[in-house]
Amino acid sequence: MESDKNIEKLLEKYFEATTTVTEEETLRAYFNQEGVATHLEQYQPMFTYFSKAKEEQFTKTTPLSEPVKPRRKFNYRWVSVAAAVVLTFGLYFGNNTYQNYQEQREARIAYQQTKEALNLLAENFNKGTQKVALLNEFEVAKQKVYSNN
Amino acid sequence: MQQKEFLNLVMPFKDKLFRLAKRLLVSREEAEDVTQEILLKLWSKKANMSQYKSVEAFAMTMTKNFCLDRLKSKQAGNLKLVHSNYRDENTSLQKQLEAEDSVNWVERIMDELPEQQKMVLQLRDVEDYDFEEISDMLDMKPTAVRVTLSRARKAVREKLMQKHNYGIG
Repeated sequence: MESDKNIEKLLEKYFEATTTVTEEETLRAYFNQEGVATHLEQYQPMFTYFSKAKEEQFTKTTPLSEPVKPRRKFNYRWVSVAAAVVLTFGLYFGNNTYQNYQEQREARIAYQQTKEALNLLAENFNKGTQKVALLNEFEVAKQKVYSNN
Repeated sequence: MQQKEFLNLVMPFKDKLFRLAKRLLVSREEAEDVTQEILLKLWSKKANMSQYKSVEAFAMTMTKNFCLDRLKSKQAGNLKLVHSNYRDENTSLQKQLEAEDSVNWVERIMDELPEQQKMVLQLRDVEDYDFEEISDMLDMKPTAVRVTLSRARKAVREKLMQKHNYGIG
């Protein structure tokens, strides 16, 4: 228990701001209990207020997570890597399919040309058979003449 | 730094930030706003947090500057402080005689002090920082802190005596 004399001394120092933190704690403890000497009661509100003020708390929660979190920066280096990969694959497979396509087209053209040539041939063959048919007619007529004689 | 780590670091002194802000701005809502803003600023600076000698002192200084800026812009814009947590003096005339109310007087007395004194008194008598810490936070010389503190304490005592005498006498 601090004696009133000691407290008075501390108070004097307190107002000159030469007390240490621990000495101030002693003062606060003294004024926060019952039985403060009457001539010192006038100082009581100060110290009780300081103790009370300590208890005030920040109750709001701060939404740290979403709005503050720096959005993940898009890494453009990886985009170039991806582009390069796509391009190489494209060149490799694309060239292949292009060549395939080209070959197919050539083949189709060749087929078309052969078909035309064969058609031409068939037509001319048909002309030939017609003439041969006429020749046959002639043969039949000749036979008729022979048998009549 | 993860959110949890950050919270662990900040939790111990977030109330102190709030109390300092409230001391300067008086309004509870405003002090809450400011505290939130300071915490968000700290969070955005979390990457170079390790550079600071003391995150707590740094945060206190940030709060101080932020509040003083706010006060300044308010004065410039000729706006009145909007706050509702002042007790109405007239309606509680009876209560004023009670001891509990003289504690509230101290709060009101502190509101009337110059900003520098307010801050020093707050940091020393409420938050128990030592002079080096306070001089660091407020960017003052330790001797200046001591002088300001002594003045602030005496001013509170004087005003308390006055009010006390009115109240009783």
